Amino acid sequence: MTKEELLSKLKIIITPYVQNQEGLKNLTENTDFIKDLEINSANLVDVVLDVEDEFDIEIDNEAMEKMLTVKASIEVIEHKLAVK
Amino acid sequence: MKKEDIIQKLPYSKPFLFVDEIIEIDDDHIKGGYTFLNDEYFYEGHFKDNPITPGVILTECMAQIGMACFGIYLLKGKWDEGEWSVAMTSSEMNFNKPVFPGEKVIVIADKVYFRFNKLKCNVVMYNADDILVAKGVVAGIAFKK
Repeated sequence: MTKEELLSKLKIIITPYVQNQEGLKNLTENTDFIKDLEINSANLVDVVLDVEDEFDIEIDNEAMEKMLTVKASIEVIEHKLAVK
Repeated sequence: MKKEDIIQKLPYSKPFLFVDEIIEIDDDHIKGGYTFLNDEYFYEGHFKDNPITPGVILTECMAQIGMACFGIYLLKGKWDEGEWSVAMTSSEMNFNKPVFPGEKVIVIADKVYFRFNKLKCNVVMYNADDILVAKGVVAGIAFKK
């Protein structure tokens, strides 16, 4: 899976939880879920669970805590896919 | 953890404790009850000369049983009132019947998931006649203060 494919899948996953639509329009690797997209921390859990379902991977506590930006999330997903 | 011990560990007190008893509890569901007192503080203003339990209080009652009590149980001993706190993070509720002063309600919550200390449940509330009062989905999170 290319990084672009991964990013577009991630964008679809986060969209229902985004409160700041401007942030979604300007999505980049550096986008911060809480600061830029105004996703609340409880909905970050839903993002992580949806990522697990979409990519058929398991996210542990340590990885979950890292997934605060687009870049960090892609790194976690790529890593989990690689060791699958 | 014993059912009686869970209520002792709740971070609420009167006049904002809306749990009397836990009737059933396991890893998948909880069933609890509360009887609204005739002199709950909110009846004075909701409504003028026409006391009815506010929907937000019914939601709170469902969250105290279906989120807080259930969550403390699911945390399996990790919960410590001094160190941890809880927050309701979302609720979607439909109300079918009013609840008047003195009425007993039963709340049943079925776990959708409990991950990363977030608990999401389908919840229902029935009155003493076993009639549906409210039904919805609530989610909450437990975190270290």
